[in-house]
Amino acid sequence: MTRYIIRRLIAMPFLLLGIITIAFFISHNTRGDPLISIIGERQMENPDVVAAAKARWGLDKSLPEQYAIYVGNLTTGDFGTSLRTKRPVAQDLLDRLPATLELVIAAMLAGSLTGIVLGVIAARFRDSGIDHLARLWALIGSSTPVFWSGLILLYVFSVALGWLPGPGRLNARTLPPETITGFLTIDSLLSGNLQLFRESLYHLILPALVLGWTVMGIVSRLVRVSMLDVLSQDYIVAARARGARELRVLFNHALRNAMIPTLTIIGFTFAYLITGAVLTETIFSWPGIGSYAVDAARNLDYPAIMGVTIVGGMAFLLSNLLTDIAYAFADPRIRLR
Amino acid sequence: MSASSAPAKPRSFALPSHLTLPVLLGAAITLFWIVTALSVDLWPIYDPLDMVARRLMPPSAEHWFGTDALGRDVLTRTLHGARSSLIMSCAVIFFAVSIGSALGAIAGYAGGFIDNAIMRLVDVTLSFPPILLAMAVTAALGPGLENAAIAMIIVWWPAYARLMRGQVLAVKAREHVEAAVAGGAGHARTLIRHILPLCWGPILINATMDFGQVVLLAASLSFIGLGASPPTPEWGSMISEGAIHFYQWWICAGPGLAILSVVLGFNFLGDGLSDYLDPRRS
Repeated sequence: MTRYIIRRLIAMPFLLLGIITIAFFISHNTRGDPLISIIGERQMENPDVVAAAKARWGLDKSLPEQYAIYVGNLTTGDFGTSLRTKRPVAQDLLDRLPATLELVIAAMLAGSLTGIVLGVIAARFRDSGIDHLARLWALIGSSTPVFWSGLILLYVFSVALGWLPGPGRLNARTLPPETITGFLTIDSLLSGNLQLFRESLYHLILPALVLGWTVMGIVSRLVRVSMLDVLSQDYIVAARARGARELRVLFNHALRNAMIPTLTIIGFTFAYLITGAVLTETIFSWPGIGSYAVDAARNLDYPAIMGVTIVGGMAFLLSNLLTDIAYAFADPRIRLR
Repeated sequence: MSASSAPAKPRSFALPSHLTLPVLLGAAITLFWIVTALSVDLWPIYDPLDMVARRLMPPSAEHWFGTDALGRDVLTRTLHGARSSLIMSCAVIFFAVSIGSALGAIAGYAGGFIDNAIMRLVDVTLSFPPILLAMAVTAALGPGLENAAIAMIIVWWPAYARLMRGQVLAVKAREHVEAAVAGGAGHARTLIRHILPLCWGPILINATMDFGQVVLLAASLSFIGLGASPPTPEWGSMISEGAIHFYQWWICAGPGLAILSVVLGFNFLGDGLSDYLDPRRS
């Protein structure tokens, strides 16, 4: 077990370097000349200005030198300066991280809980109409583009029914609570402002459900399969024979064992959440990293795009590592490899 | 690697036929969209680029899905959207499968340094969240359908390399391959004639399943503004126009349903295919 973790940990820096190298390669093969965005189209005629700008931004150096400087800067947390916001990319990302985390965690909770319940129901009523409906519902969740379901649900619940507020983390005129954790729901509670807590929670519901729906499909499919596995075992029959109630058998006896593979897969759903967050945040005007990435891509803001890509890659690597380790804990056969 | 470690469970019941309702439905949906993509120019419907009615009209008898901000018929544009979506996704899947399985097969067959080099590249590429890598590449190459397709090929080939390598490794150890080598078959002949023909099943299943995901990502890139550019009728960019005219919900309803139906259709078809090619699974 320890050897397995150590081997995985040793691979991490190399994968990270690989990510950075690819990001560097991409950003140096852009169609547009980065100089144009620095000094402007007109000045490109002036050789003195071009030479000065090249020297100023290090573009006169050889590619390996530039690469070394890029990697060196990254190790100090310098992701460069955004062409759009004119602020350090690292600062932009830090400012926007809490909004994304709050959304992703809420979505993960919503998606996992509904997915588990749906999976248990589907397994209990295997091959019946309920099972098929549950599976179809989950499949629709992972087949619907979130940027579309977000729009439609926003229209239905916010415009047509008026049950939930529109996009954003708070109403347009509300002052946010004092920043402590950056999670508006928690910060408003900490400052004792229940009105604000309600408002931030109401704003969180719809985007979290839209994003969580994509995860629900994966979780429910997995819970269903492992529940079917567990439900056919002897101790379940024994529990039923002892006269245990159905709900107790399902949730106390069966789900407990069926959860082991499921817990590990929740880390894997992170990939879907990142993809979904990029688009969900755009629809709901959510000021997180996802909408930052989209704004950056739309404005061809390369330093910002590369920053988000590298940070996203790092988060992805870490969650994969944790998932695999959790899996190795749950399934002894994997440790032997 | 984790999925293969689960013990194969024997089937507890037998399907009467491989043609279950979902598979038939999936086949019907995909067939509909393929036929539409190929023949939509010949249909007696409006022109996707012409202003045919007042702008922002809700659905009516003449315009089932209403009209958009430029007075164009939404249903017509949705049907025409099938063309760019399906052609692009076909190209992405074709190149991703070709490049991925070629490199994966070489890695699995050669082993050693070549295997290591290819698979480390696969590892690194798979370390990126797909949408972020696709966005970065498309933004760098410049927005447009072709560049979005190139970005998606870069995102998708490693999955097939990994899959193919595993297949080749498994088949390479079989006796008939040993016999072929003993009989004097060269490397190329052994790989192409004796190993590869047995490796395509999972690749085919995966490609069918992935098709829907490619359609989704392509639409996402267009929605962000990195794929198709106006006035091309494309589902993702139509939805992004619908987002601007938020209160006219019908503008994005058509293209959204189109994406959903294509993804569902290919999922059903892929499920059926995997039951058919690999009865032990599911």
